[in-house]
Parts: sequence; C-alpha cells; structure tokens
Amino acid sequence: MNLIRTSAEENLRAERQPAPASAAALKPPAFTVKNLSISFGQRQVLKSVSMEIRACTVTAIIGPSGCGKSTFLRALNRMHDLVPEARVQGDVRLFGEDSYAKEAEPVVVRRRVGMVFQKSNPFPTMSIADNVTVGLRLNGIRARSLLTERTEQALRMAALWEEVKDRLDAQAISLSGGQQQRLCIARALAVQPQVVLMDEPASALDPLATAKIEDLILELKRDYTIVIVTHNMQQAARMSDETAFFYLGELIEFGPTNRIFTRPKEKRTEDYVTGRFG
Amino acid sequence: MTTHHWRKFKNVAMQAITFACALLVILPLALVFYHVVKSGIGAVNWDFFTKLPKPVGEAGGGMVNAIVGTFALLGLAAFIGVPVGVLGGVYLSEYGGRRVSWWIRFMADILNGVPSIIWGIVVYALVVVPMKGFSAWAGGIVLAMIIVPLIMRTSEEVLQLVPNGYREAALALGIVRWRAIVQIVGRTALKGIVTGVLLALARVAGETAPLLFTAFGNRFWAHSLSQPIAALPLQIFSYAISPYDDWHRQAWAGALVLLLLVTLINVSVRVLTRERFVKSA
Repeated sequence: MNLIRTSAEENLRAERQPAPASAAALKPPAFTVKNLSISFGQRQVLKSVSMEIRACTVTAIIGPSGCGKSTFLRALNRMHDLVPEARVQGDVRLFGEDSYAKEAEPVVVRRRVGMVFQKSNPFPTMSIADNVTVGLRLNGIRARSLLTERTEQALRMAALWEEVKDRLDAQAISLSGGQQQRLCIARALAVQPQVVLMDEPASALDPLATAKIEDLILELKRDYTIVIVTHNMQQAARMSDETAFFYLGELIEFGPTNRIFTRPKEKRTEDYVTGRFG
Repeated sequence: MTTHHWRKFKNVAMQAITFACALLVILPLALVFYHVVKSGIGAVNWDFFTKLPKPVGEAGGGMVNAIVGTFALLGLAAFIGVPVGVLGGVYLSEYGGRRVSWWIRFMADILNGVPSIIWGIVVYALVVVPMKGFSAWAGGIVLAMIIVPLIMRTSEEVLQLVPNGYREAALALGIVRWRAIVQIVGRTALKGIVTGVLLALARVAGETAPLLFTAFGNRFWAHSLSQPIAALPLQIFSYAISPYDDWHRQAWAGALVLLLLVTLINVSVRVLTRERFVKSA
C-alpha cells in the first residue's frame, strides 16, 4: 500500500517535460525486450521476441490475426499475470528497470504503462468525470482541486473536453462509441503514465472517429511513448515512426515505418504489407 | 382437410396446450392467495400486529412477537450469511482456480438441495446442545447456513456477467486487485448481488422445519438472542395444529402476513431489477 501511495505522489510532483523530437533518440529506450516467449498451457504464442521501443515515438505492431501482437502488447504491462496458465519468459525492461523482477510490483508497472483496449470500456456505474479520475481516486488521491484539474487536463489531451465539459456528471455510457474510446484514453492519461499501449483502439469505430483518435495519437507522441497494435496497415503507415511485423509468434521485421512499407528486407513482410496474405 | 389446414391446426393446438400448462403453473398461486386472503383477512387487525398471544383459552391477542421474531431471525441470518455468501461468490468468480472453484461450486449446489430439516438437526447438534438451550442465535445460524450457498452462487453468477474488459481496464490503471474487484466489478454487479440476497431471504422467511429444532418458538418476547424466539412460520404451525377456532383464524392471518411479506420482497426485487442485473456499456 505504501509503495503505491509514494509512487502516486511522486508521479504528481514530477513535472512533465515534453522532449524535443531530436532528443528522443538520446533518451533511453522505453522498452527493451529480450528473448520474450509467452505460452498459454501447451500453446506457445510468442517465440523469443527481442526489440527496443524508443521513447516518445509511435511504434506500430502489425501482423495477421493470431500472430501474437496483442499477446506481446499485454506482456508490456503485465496483463498476463491475470491468466493462471500464462507463462512469460525473457526480459522486459521499462526505461531500464526489469518489469518482471521479483521486487517489481505489477501495480506500479501498470501505473507507468497505461492501456487502451479494442472495445471501449468506460465504467458504467460512473459519470464521465469519475471515469477520468478513477485511477487516481482508487490509488488514494483525494484532493478535490487536483482531481478537477486532472479531469480537465486529461479530457483536453484526449480531445474530448469541448464535447463533454457541460455534462461531466452525465453517465459515461451516454457518450457515443468514439467519445467513449476517447474517454478511455483520457482515463488512461489521467494517471500520467509514461507509455500508453493501444490494442486496436479504432477498430470498432467509424472513419471520422478513427481520424480523431489518430490525430490524438500523433498529438500524444510529444509526451508519451505509444505502442499500438493495428490491423489497419494504412493506419500504421500514417501514424507510426517504427513498425514491427509479427507472424506466427515471431518478430519478422522491425524498423522505421517508411522502410518497412517501401523497402522491406523480408519476403514475408513484403507479402503482408502489399496485401498478398493476412 | 388439406395438409395446410392440418398443419395450421396442429400449430394452434400446440400453442393452446403450452398456454394451458403455463396457466396451470400459476393457478396454485391464485388459489393460495384466494384462500389465504379469504380465511385470514378477518383476523388481521390492529391487535394482531401489536399484541402478544393471549393465554390458552382466552380469545384475542396477536402475533407481534412472531412478526418481530421473524425479522430478527432474518436479520441475524443476513448478518451472518450475507458477508460469507457474497465474499464466497467473489472468490469463485474472481480468484478461484478452475479446479478448486469447480469443487466448491459442485458442493454448494449439493448444499442447496439439502432438505431444510437436516439443517435444523445439524444446528441442533452444533449449537443448541452445546448452548444447552434453544435460542435466536441457533435460529439465525440455521437460516444463515441455508442462504450462504444460495447467495454464493447467485453472487458468483452476477459477477461473472461483468465483462472482463472492466477488470482489465481497472488493473491497467494500476488499481490494486481487491480494490478493482470491490469498487468496479462489485459495483457493476451490485444490483444483482442485492437481488440474490433478497431472494434468498424471501426463501427462508417461511422456513419452519429448521426453526423447530433451533429457535423453537416463544409465546412471549425473547429478551435476549440466547432465548428461544418466536417466528411467524412456527406460530402458524403451532396454532394450525391446535384445537381452538380462534387460533385457527390467527394462523390464517399469520399465513397471510407471511405471504404478503414474501410477495413484498419479490416485488421490491422486480422494481430493483427493472433495468438489468449488471450494468454494461
């Protein structure tokens, strides 16, 4: 309990300094993944994946269904801890710290690594404002003024403030699908994570709502490291700085998005990005 | 008759038969209500709700002690049984491993089928004998033992209806697991849990057999929970088998009040769940 409270307070005090794009390369990588293998029971889903994800960039993870992209993403914030038959092997470092070390607490890891899911899931018992602040409140932060401030800040970052500022007390489920997803993004941002993982955040949305989410992600890149799983290759090409192509549980190719889409080194990557399979 | 007409006739006949069966199911309810109201309404008066039973041979008096006693027993049962049942349901739904949960669930379902008189004997041996007397405690404990498996299973089921996305979203915010379970999963399923508790209490409100061995009944006020206590079903039972007409009338009145109490609980459950058991987006 103490550990969490301390980290919550530290997080509050820490001032967020948007790093200039050129400096991004100098920062330590957000994630250093080495030989990550994951299996559920007998089924191995991820086979010895190693990659470095740079801070303050958008990294897209593409690949056909069942290739392990979501499994990889969920290993980054220890969501597999919930699945009893899941076995995670290998090394995941978050800004140099071992996320799976004995003394590392999953709760602390998840505070630093937020997540947005495919299906928008605002809490149905809560108002819009309560949804945004729930991560703070349930981690022991009570100060009214701070909660109000964070609500506005997070909703602005999620480009939702103007649409909901007059009805913050309305039920979250009264919002449209696209708004609900942006509310989920605001909810994830309100706890001020360093990284935001997104698991096909726009796949259930119409093109207009998708465009809004994409703009938002480009905006967030200044302050946050974004890792996004997507089925939509145009989306990956439009938004990401780097792209990783997964196939059958293996990382086939990883590099600057531009190169992956124009000059892939691997035959399988080329086949996939040109739409020959998947 | 053409094939077409014959087919149509069969369809109509089938519909009529199933409708008749459905009517047959609710017919006893109508009969029970009619009979209990007709026989009981005459004896339901102010005295019935405010006076203690009169000594044998004297007419008049009421069942206030039995009414209060029934509420006291239900309160005790809820006090003991609700925390255990709900938290047991939380374990099954949120924490339990597949094998362990399967066994607990299986045994809870067996417990739900145990005849209530057996519970009475068990609590007689476990509580009444060591305490050297019948008591409200024993009555509350026996009712609690009956509702625990019921509440555990319904709580588990409504918790399972909460989409997994909410659990994941909560944990991804860095919320500690028990808090996520209580404040997000639990709150989402709260209505369903309350419903399960109310239905379980409605079920045991009319239990008589297990109380015969435990609460025993009392013609006066119970001054402490360690004394035998009156309950409506017990009072109805002892008055109904008595030789006095006045007591028979009062037994009918008691039956009416008990029936109304159970109906009231069921109606409030309906009102409570007019929307859904579990909120979802």
